[in-house]
Amino acid sequence: MIEARDLTVTYDGRAVLREVDLTVPDGAHIALMGPSGCGKTTLLRVLAGLQAPDSGTVRVEPGRMACVFQEPRLLPWRTAAENVNAVLSDRAQTMPQALAWLERLELGAACDQYPAALSGGMQQRVAIARALAYDAPVLLLDEPFRGLDAALRDRVTALIADAAKDKTLVLATHDAADAAALGCAVYAYADGAFRRDP
Amino acid sequence: MKRFARGALTLAIWLTVWAALALLVHRELLLPAPWVVVRRLCELAATGAFWRITAVSIGRVLLGVLGAVVLGVATAVACTASKTADALLRPLMTVVKSTPVASFVVLALIWIARDWLPVFIALLMVLPVVWSNVCTGIRSADPALLELARVYGWPRGRVLRRIYVPGVRPHFLAALRSGLGFGWKAGIAAEVLTVPHSAIGRMIYESKLYLQTTDLFAWTLAVILLSVGLERLVLRALTPRGKGGGGA
Repeated sequence: MIEARDLTVTYDGRAVLREVDLTVPDGAHIALMGPSGCGKTTLLRVLAGLQAPDSGTVRVEPGRMACVFQEPRLLPWRTAAENVNAVLSDRAQTMPQALAWLERLELGAACDQYPAALSGGMQQRVAIARALAYDAPVLLLDEPFRGLDAALRDRVTALIADAAKDKTLVLATHDAADAAALGCAVYAYADGAFRRDP
Repeated sequence: MKRFARGALTLAIWLTVWAALALLVHRELLLPAPWVVVRRLCELAATGAFWRITAVSIGRVLLGVLGAVVLGVATAVACTASKTADALLRPLMTVVKSTPVASFVVLALIWIARDWLPVFIALLMVLPVVWSNVCTGIRSADPALLELARVYGWPRGRVLRRIYVPGVRPHFLAALRSGLGFGWKAGIAAEVLTVPHSAIGRMIYESKLYLQTTDLFAWTLAVILLSVGLERLVLRALTPRGKGGGGA
């Protein structure tokens, strides 16, 4: 369950979010949609606890969550498999689990590669594998399909939809097709707030 | 191979210049020829005393560098974690960095036994280098990765192991590279000034005292060779091999 009340976030005196209310029940999938710079990422960052709002409250229960950022954010000194395993126990016994997730993301052959040797799209898939492997009840996705070609994007979306069917999911996107593929209720941006599309 | 050839050529050019100057001066007391110096160094290296003296000097410098590493890392962690610690320690490091070795040697002679003084001097010279580089390394930790750690709830120890240590490593190695050379030179200089027992610095001082210029050059050459060898050995031991990413 995610509950945000009266969230206001300002940058240099300009309100990016203005008294935003948002309730996401357990297991619900929602998509925050709107043009670039409307505050989708800011709202996700506030929900993830990475940014404090100027006013308002956020409650996320249970607190354990996984996140796919717009950038892959991989540890450059660890291989793809080690990056995924880093959110598990980071020990040898969970490595097969990490490898299995990379296989599912079609990265089996790249598991021993360091991020610098991977393309942007491959790095992003490692980040998705990491988030899914973490198996948290809340999944936050911020434009997670950057750098993926259309066919791969469809397969990865289907994989996330399957893995997240019992989880609470918040997606920030400007692509209605992604929101539909993940079964999200759309919250569109209007006048500083996100409102449920009828 | 090309790099090696270029290095060998550079060395040959400077040796030729040295040899030409030595032939021109034609007085061993003022400038011995390179082959005379190398022959003398070989003679010295054939004695047990040479290796004993060298080992003691290396031990002193390494002890000083080790102390600087421990203190430098600890103070860098303190300075990046606390503004108060930074405000207290930063001016101290600036003073240490700016004070000439000779001033420290003269001052420290009052407090420290001459056999231990080169250790202290090497420590003082290397400390600001390690401190400054480790501070830079810690401060340049990628904020995006630190946010990742927050989202995934990594405890402090894990953040340290996964983000800070690998990120600081290249800065630390750079500090060690320049610090070793620095510490070695400062340590030997301190030995020359304090003349402790069993010390390369003492041998340099005595060579100068008794006008044994060839010995002076031979010991100086030994110092240079040991500095290069030591730096390579320590860095090789500390640099991980076979990893794709070694730095931030």
